Amino acid sequence: MASVATPILEEYAGGTIARAQVGLWRDGFRRLRRNRLALAALVYLTALLLIAVVAVFWTPYNPATILPNTLTYLGPSAAHPLGTDDLGRDLLSRMMQGAQISLIVGVGTSAIVLTVGVVVGLIAGYFRGWIDNVISVFINIFYGIPGILVAIILYLVLGRGLGNIMIAISATAWMDMARLVRGQAFSIREREYIEAARASGARSGKILFGHILPNSLGPIIVQATFVIPIAILTEAFLSYLGLGIPSPLASWGSIASEGYAALPLEPYMMLWPAVALSVTLLAFNFLGDGLRDAFDPRQRR
Amino acid sequence: MTNPILEVRNLSTHFFTDDGEVKAVRGVSFDVAPGETLGIVGESGCGKSVTAMSVLGLVQRPGKVVGGEIMFKGRDLLKVTREELRNIRGRDIAMIFQDPLSSLNPVLRVGYQIDEAMYAHDKIASGDVERRGIDLLKQVRVSDAERRINDFPHQFSGGMRQRAMIAMGLSNKPDLLIADEPTTALDVTVQAQILELLRDLNEQTGAAIILITHNLGVVAGLCKRVLVMYAGEIVEEGTVEQIFESPQHPYTWSLLRSVPRIDANRGHRLLSIEGLPPDLIDLPQGCKFNPRCPFRVERCFKESPPIEQVAPAQHAACWVTMARAYAEMGAGTITDTSPGAASGIHPAGRSRPPTEVAAAIAEPIGD
Repeated sequence: MASVATPILEEYAGGTIARAQVGLWRDGFRRLRRNRLALAALVYLTALLLIAVVAVFWTPYNPATILPNTLTYLGPSAAHPLGTDDLGRDLLSRMMQGAQISLIVGVGTSAIVLTVGVVVGLIAGYFRGWIDNVISVFINIFYGIPGILVAIILYLVLGRGLGNIMIAISATAWMDMARLVRGQAFSIREREYIEAARASGARSGKILFGHILPNSLGPIIVQATFVIPIAILTEAFLSYLGLGIPSPLASWGSIASEGYAALPLEPYMMLWPAVALSVTLLAFNFLGDGLRDAFDPRQRR
Repeated sequence: MTNPILEVRNLSTHFFTDDGEVKAVRGVSFDVAPGETLGIVGESGCGKSVTAMSVLGLVQRPGKVVGGEIMFKGRDLLKVTREELRNIRGRDIAMIFQDPLSSLNPVLRVGYQIDEAMYAHDKIASGDVERRGIDLLKQVRVSDAERRINDFPHQFSGGMRQRAMIAMGLSNKPDLLIADEPTTALDVTVQAQILELLRDLNEQTGAAIILITHNLGVVAGLCKRVLVMYAGEIVEEGTVEQIFESPQHPYTWSLLRSVPRIDANRGHRLLSIEGLPPDLIDLPQGCKFNPRCPFRVERCFKESPPIEQVAPAQHAACWVTMARAYAEMGAGTITDTSPGAASGIHPAGRSRPPTEVAAAIAEPIGD
């Protein structure tokens, strides 16, 4: 066995015998890279993000302008790659703006949910007692009411607007996040390193955000990723009902709604937003699944 | 004698569970002198860890300190505000836990966790923190400290993790270090290194150490004075020599006879303490050790023995004490350590000798 032992010794003399240090994040992304579906989703979503960013500065036409001398319900052509809508506006421009709206609503809602859900969940799970009881009862009551109903009512009360639509969707979506974080805090607070931190005089805030939060980051990121497609879908649904984004802003939901009237004659106007929505929702779900597999070692195969 | 830095008086900590009030610590009193090394020994569940947690105010619901005083530097830790207590934790009194793996946060770098203990008390300028972290790791003899400080806990070996924990404990130069079973999760050679480290640090820094353990060998290796706890009470207290050479409480005596010794005669039998520790919800009347004591007398069932001086600097809570047990009951020669074996006391209606119980079980039921 000398032949086996010798190279190890040589390597040791060289200085490194241990595997390269791999942190939680790099390890997670390495596993994510191996998941082709998640990787494809990531590529698609990056492209979508790029389109949305480009749409801020440039669209082929002004998405809100009714173009003169242009036919309505036009099919794809060189001048209008995706055709025109019921008022003769360029559909590509409107779809690009729709992507922007969808991403803003998705990510914005996710950010609100993340902030509120994490803070509430950490407090409930760490301090327990009456504060946890109040929060849990509140969440359980709202669990019996459909989230979409709460969102519609709240949105009507708040009035139309991009910010309000995010608040309306967040109103119920934060509860899942809070439950998840509460459960995490509940179990992590019993770990010995939390006791050790307390014994070394750490403040409650430090324990919550410095110890418990980093240890539950994996599931939180996964949950935050899953909130995005739910928010996008809810916004599209509200816009489809005519309750969503005020016109002339374009949303995938409102484009689909306007196209519905002409569906038998001209399917394109309904087709584009439907495809865009489906693929985007799928992509976010695949990415979420990929992240869960990558960051939750218990589900690792 | 210098004034003690920690005086615990009549400390009682109970846990209010659904099954009843678990009286985990009852009327415990002891002192710790500056720079002293005090061992607290006892079997699992005897209240040694709860005593330590009570000192730091870390007893969690449903547990509660129900009485007593914990005087530290002239202040009663049971009466100070939460913020004052937080300031004392980690700065004046530090604690080291049993399992070094689970006591370090797995997602944070070791250096960060050492720094954090210092930041919690703002005792150090932020520019000095990193250098001090490396110094601390060197002080606890972690080799290649400059590189290791950026490692994650899983990259440390068990012994190194415990060293890192000790470094965290020492970071604010505490007056008192409470080590709760610091070597239990480590293998024997590493145990010896950690004990040596603690001993050296005690001499270098002058920090008093309370060592909580069930391992008598560990106590012998580090401590000058020993408290023996049983069922939530201190049953014996003395210097390490007194406890090991002339224990006066039958529990201490039995405990020592159940540990293998390298200097024992061949053929020396290891004795076990028969029976189980009492139920802390429903404690026996009189001495709490009476259901298991080979030397019990009638009085042990009626009255709880107070802790009294039995020799200079040695105290024991026993009606009999081993001096009398040796003289009157031939304790040196007994091989049967069953309850009441030496004194022959088996109160009617109480626990029967195990032989009778065995016979009763063996009897066929019906015919």
